[in-house]
Amino acid sequence: MTSTSPPKKKSWSWRSQAFRGLIYQLIAIVLIGLAVWFLAHNTLTNMKARGIQSGFDFLLGPAGFDIGESLYAFDSAQPYWQAFLVGLTNTLRIAVMGIVLTTILGTLIGVGRFSRNALVRGVCYAYVEFFRNVPVLLQLLMWYLLFTEGLPDSLDAWVIGPMFLSKGGLSFPIPVWASGHLWGLLGLLLGAVFAVLYRKWAYQQFEKTGVLKSMFWVPLGLLLATGVLGWLIGGAPSTFNAPIKGEFAIENGGSLTPEFLAVLVGLTIYTAAFVAEVVRSGIQSVARGQSEAASALGLNPSQSMRLVMLPQALRVIIPPMTNQFLNLTKNSSLAVAIGYPDVVSIANTSLNQTGRAVECIAIVMLVYLTTSLSTSLLMNWYNTRSAIKER
Amino acid sequence: MTATLFQPIAPRPAPVQHRGLIAWVRVNLFGDFVTSLMTLVIGGAILYWLPQLLSWGIFRASWAPNFDACRVEGVGACWGVVTEKYRIILFGRYPFEEQWRPLVATALMLGLLVASCMRAFWHAWLALLWALVLGVFFTLMYGGSLGLLKVETDRWGGLPLTLLLSTLSLTMAFPIALVVALGRRSNLPAIKTVCTIYVELIRGVPLISVLFMASFMFPLFMPEGFSIDVLIRVLVGITLFAAAYMAEVIRGGLQAIPKGQIEAAATLGLSYWQTQRKIVLPQALAMVVPSIMNNFISTFKDTSLVTIVSLYELTGALSLALNSDSDWRPFKIEGYLFIAAIYFVFCFSMSRYSGWVETQVNKSKLR
Amino acid sequence: MKLNTVKTLAAVVAAMGAVLAAPAHAGKTLDAIKARGQIVCGVNTGLAGFAAADSAGKWSGLDVDVCRALAAATLSDAEKVKYVPLNAQQRFTALQSGEVDVLARNTTFTLSRDASLGLTATTVNYYDGQGFMVPVKSKIKSAKQLKGQTVCVQSGTTTEKNLTDYSKANALNIKPVVFEKLEAAENAYFTGRCIAYTTDASGLSSTRAKVAKDPKEHIILPELISKEPLGPMVRRGDDEWTAIVKWVQFGLLEAEEYGVTQANVDQMKATSTDPVVQRLLGGGNEDTGKLLGLDKEWLARAIKTTGNYGESFERNVGPKSPLNLPRGLNNLWNKGGLMYAYPIR
Repeated sequence: MTSTSPPKKKSWSWRSQAFRGLIYQLIAIVLIGLAVWFLAHNTLTNMKARGIQSGFDFLLGPAGFDIGESLYAFDSAQPYWQAFLVGLTNTLRIAVMGIVLTTILGTLIGVGRFSRNALVRGVCYAYVEFFRNVPVLLQLLMWYLLFTEGLPDSLDAWVIGPMFLSKGGLSFPIPVWASGHLWGLLGLLLGAVFAVLYRKWAYQQFEKTGVLKSMFWVPLGLLLATGVLGWLIGGAPSTFNAPIKGEFAIENGGSLTPEFLAVLVGLTIYTAAFVAEVVRSGIQSVARGQSEAASALGLNPSQSMRLVMLPQALRVIIPPMTNQFLNLTKNSSLAVAIGYPDVVSIANTSLNQTGRAVECIAIVMLVYLTTSLSTSLLMNWYNTRSAIKER
Repeated sequence: MTATLFQPIAPRPAPVQHRGLIAWVRVNLFGDFVTSLMTLVIGGAILYWLPQLLSWGIFRASWAPNFDACRVEGVGACWGVVTEKYRIILFGRYPFEEQWRPLVATALMLGLLVASCMRAFWHAWLALLWALVLGVFFTLMYGGSLGLLKVETDRWGGLPLTLLLSTLSLTMAFPIALVVALGRRSNLPAIKTVCTIYVELIRGVPLISVLFMASFMFPLFMPEGFSIDVLIRVLVGITLFAAAYMAEVIRGGLQAIPKGQIEAAATLGLSYWQTQRKIVLPQALAMVVPSIMNNFISTFKDTSLVTIVSLYELTGALSLALNSDSDWRPFKIEGYLFIAAIYFVFCFSMSRYSGWVETQVNKSKLR
Repeated sequence: MKLNTVKTLAAVVAAMGAVLAAPAHAGKTLDAIKARGQIVCGVNTGLAGFAAADSAGKWSGLDVDVCRALAAATLSDAEKVKYVPLNAQQRFTALQSGEVDVLARNTTFTLSRDASLGLTATTVNYYDGQGFMVPVKSKIKSAKQLKGQTVCVQSGTTTEKNLTDYSKANALNIKPVVFEKLEAAENAYFTGRCIAYTTDASGLSSTRAKVAKDPKEHIILPELISKEPLGPMVRRGDDEWTAIVKWVQFGLLEAEEYGVTQANVDQMKATSTDPVVQRLLGGGNEDTGKLLGLDKEWLARAIKTTGNYGESFERNVGPKSPLNLPRGLNNLWNKGGLMYAYPIR
């Protein structure tokens, strides 16, 4: 058999696929470039013709407006960029707390769909179907209405232990900062180090001897014990800034506004319905034999769920879960409809005080893009970490 | 040889009944201690709350369009707010005497949507039917011809607007999404980059910032004197938004087609477009129909955001109806529940339908 | 086939180039309005007395009257107005971008708005000041008692900044709850979320009269914490249109000063010997409209549509309306107010 080498490809031709591809790309780039230039040119001409000032220099000027709630003190004399920062922290506060709560609630409900109890199954099903089929904006408006209309006035607030719940929101005692708390924190930090070391040791023992040691309660105990010890060493400060009923409203203490509560509760409950579905399909993706094998090994249902089903389901769950987290973060922009000063609300106010519409909307988009991308990256990292390591 | 005495094994108890209500209850509600406890707790809660809810919502409710009747002590829900205001809620600020027009238009659109879901209608002429119905929809709503009074788009509202926004944006988003999805899988780096940037950019920002742009900044982008109706701008905004999400769904379908098929097609001498049209897309699209339905559901819900840019679709029409009327405003929650029910009916039936399609698709896969 | 595609593409590119190359035409708002046959007027989303639509979609109010008078003056038909309801933070972009021809939305004239937003203030049609409204049962008698309280306010207004300034100057540490929409802010106040609601005093009266369940349950505190000259704004760069908006308003003021009313405008035009009235109404050989690019009866039509400023005031916000606001600062200059029209001559 003689092997004939295939005819040599012509290195380059007008009719070659590569050339055509190049042309298509060129055309696409030119068209898009033209379109972008067209829009930018129009905007600039329009703004020039009407004497609209532009540029981001306004960010350095004093904001001149107060913000109803922020994690740290904000004064109206501070510049715009700090106001944006407050809005950003408010958005992130909702996003982070919402993601944590929605994961817990959603997982519970998703797992509940497999409960052996028909009532639990039914309740979880009804929950999912009701909450995911009503627009989130409507749900937020409803929650806000409930929080402002349903709760009593600040003056006859419901008293729950040291806390007050009223139209003014939830007021609760906060510890007055003292050096003792620092000691407590140091103790916690030390405890965390101990806990990690203990877990490592216990795991090694398990690999060596097969004796299972407590992997959860002992480290937790260590953590708490050192924390309390540190606090005691620091002199056990226990003054609290407790809320009290003032003349017109509740004063002192920490408080969560009804706007914050409505956004948080609304987003959590809405997103949890989707998370539940994600978890459910994840669990369903694990072969049925696995759970049967687990019970054959003598694991009880909760052990089988925790040790066998969930770790495998996680691989399927994580990518769609990331999407839900991103949705929650983006949906937090609807907070603007019920008066929570998130970054969109701050941008709207700034836009109006300064007239820099393009700039302010650009900032909002940038903020959300950055958060979205970084959440994606974080979850991707977690995804690769939790992917099955084939040995 | 030792003879062993026959030792009869004690008879086993009769098997537990597996069928029937009692057995079901025993297994599903009182299987073991934890299950029983949960049943008691949840059942107790339901028994406690449900009668109260029913009594509030039905037995003690006031249905008359009379707000004084709702203020009486002991009256539950005030559905009078719906019987009184339903026309504003459903049709927004559309002129009162002309409201048969949006009613007919909505009915037509609904009929079209239902028809499109039925297999008997899955023919090429369905597209024609769409064009026809959309034409009639616009003629009815806008008027100005056939002796109908002209009604500017800024007075459109309520359910027809919600339907229009969701249906049209999805229809227009589909071709864009298809092109972008193909572009993202293209070998040409520039096209791939452009499509990726578009999808990631849109998916990274919230819809309301897109709506803000479409609604208030769009004219700044255009040459002076060039203006488009705000409804169309919002529509374009939603379309571009929905297209990015749908492109990802379609891309998922494309990825699921084994590479061998594309190579086989190339071996047969099919060109790129022929391969896509005859081999890849038919399979990929069939696979993603349920996800596209989910897209439709979320777009349908997302249309509620246009209230923020002052278009009065269902959610906006409700605040229009109640905010300015101090007599009825205290009964807003009933109004919210009413439109929540409307949204629910639509979305729930769509998700059921998508579930049905999914089983159909899987069935064909099993064959 | 392929060649065709390329040709089409080339044509598209050429077309786009042509559009780009076209010189930027200095838009004449009046021409555009005439071509369109309609004035697009940005108004409040619903503030009784200033701009509010009834259930039939018919708009009325002091600001709406400005639009109607403008339509009557330029298009000879007061109904040829398209009303675009705008939020506080939507309004300036809508005007800048050309979405609306004139912004008659109880907007305060300030330096920064006049100088940096690409807008021009025309003339004031309502002198106002910012106040607070509280429920009677709160027993608050003065704005100084609002220490540490929550106050509902609409975002994107001068109100928001004034509140901050006032709170700072008096060390009140007021917590604003900021809402996107007027209705949302009002709702939040009436449900009891905030102890007080702040906006222009006229807005407070309007809200109290129209939105409150029982107007007697709410009081407006005596302090006015700012100056709020409200009036229509137009886009910068079209002086002709700015002049029309300005002079239609001056004309209506002048009409009040000289006793021309909706009822007697025809008669005055026919019989009056006062040269000022003749100039106003385009009687005899007087033609003030020509200078503005309008016809000679422009103002007569406007007066016939809305009545003079006093009539419009009385009908919309004055004693004949539920708002029942006193004329106060908005009286004519010769009756102790600030309304002083430039002479029409």
